[in-house]
Amino acid sequence: MADDDEIILSELSDDELVLQMHDDLYDGLKEEIEEGVNILIARKWTPYDVLTKALVAGMTIVGADFRDGILFVPEVLLAANAMKGGMAILKPLLIATGAPRMGKMVIGTVKGDIHDIGKNLVGMMMEGAGFEVKDLGINNSVEKYLEAMEAEKPDILGMSALLTTTMPYMKVVIDTMKEKGMREDYIVLVGGAPLNEEFSKAIGADAYCRDAAVAVETAKAYMLRKHNRATA
Amino acid sequence: MDQPNDIDLTETGLAPRQSGSVLLIACGALAHEVLALIKANDWQHMDVQCLPAKLHLYPEKITAEVERTVQEHRAQYQSLFVLYADCGTGGLLQAKCAELGVEMIEGPHCYSFFEGNATFATHLDTEISAFYLTDFLVRQFDAFVWKPMGLDRYPQLRDTYFGNYTKLVYQAQTNDPALNAKAADCANRLGLAYERRFTGYGDLATTMERIAQ
Repeated sequence: MADDDEIILSELSDDELVLQMHDDLYDGLKEEIEEGVNILIARKWTPYDVLTKALVAGMTIVGADFRDGILFVPEVLLAANAMKGGMAILKPLLIATGAPRMGKMVIGTVKGDIHDIGKNLVGMMMEGAGFEVKDLGINNSVEKYLEAMEAEKPDILGMSALLTTTMPYMKVVIDTMKEKGMREDYIVLVGGAPLNEEFSKAIGADAYCRDAAVAVETAKAYMLRKHNRATA
Repeated sequence: MDQPNDIDLTETGLAPRQSGSVLLIACGALAHEVLALIKANDWQHMDVQCLPAKLHLYPEKITAEVERTVQEHRAQYQSLFVLYADCGTGGLLQAKCAELGVEMIEGPHCYSFFEGNATFATHLDTEISAFYLTDFLVRQFDAFVWKPMGLDRYPQLRDTYFGNYTKLVYQAQTNDPALNAKAADCANRLGLAYERRFTGYGDLATTMERIAQ
């Protein structure tokens, strides 16, 4: 008798495989996700479809259950790690096939702060949503943000902080952008555990994003507005 | 007052005696230190209500819980004082306390006021990769750090959480060799260098002395 628990991914239909990949992402199974991505690519799926229908759709379920208190940070990190495995396969293929690009983001944790879990999740979900992401890492001075904006010409600047003591540095960056007359050239999104909507408004950011999924939706909405302004 | 146990302080907090003129509304993680200071100074007019220390795992809930406790008890006492620092509330607790007309202890978190806010501020820039534990957090390391972060189930996540940290600083409120050994073991489990730093009660003591007068 066959082992009922054994699922052979390559024997599943496309629809079954995509659903199984959602389950595997949910369970943080990196190797299975990598295998699933390779199977779909071998079946002539476009990299963009693999990304959106298998990975992003799966992570959307993870994000919703995190927000509803069904999943917790460790499980989200494992799911993100699994998605990262799939993304590593897809990234060069997406570039090669000219998949749609939503825009470009420079993202980094502010000076004095070494926390990057939230930032990394946002970066990954933004990439999944079709944004090009330049990640500056942790402990970024205003000079590093400005250099990156100059070099990368992003649409969006994302800043992250986990500490009450470091989050005011976001205002230093935004004030410097204002002084240099460049604030209006960028969409500024901020996030991190101690932040809130009021703080975001007070420092002059465009929006506070409470989690990675919100960051993606907010970024998309602002890009649409920017596009509409440009074409009006 | 009997010494409360750490599990109760973590899960349910500590109920007030319902006597005295000053109510301190404190984090459960500070209970032992607050009670020790009250006993040492014979501040019999001070009563303590501790909220569950596990609220620190959900800082967004702290402000509402403090407000609820202030409203519940303010008619019974001449004055109330909040022994929470900002504690990840992003200024919301400070704003709420101001609205309620209740004072709170200064500082971004207990690591800062235990060491002394002025001293802590001097090494903010040079010690950004330090992970701090207090006496309470050393005793409750598994309940507060290891398990909530899922490291009991997914040890492979350790470096995802702690890869950017370089050392664990044990801010010792008391001289206890057993806690020192346990803190060193915590550092080892997290893959971090270890430093013990005796702080005593720091600004918690001076703040309570001021309230007591």
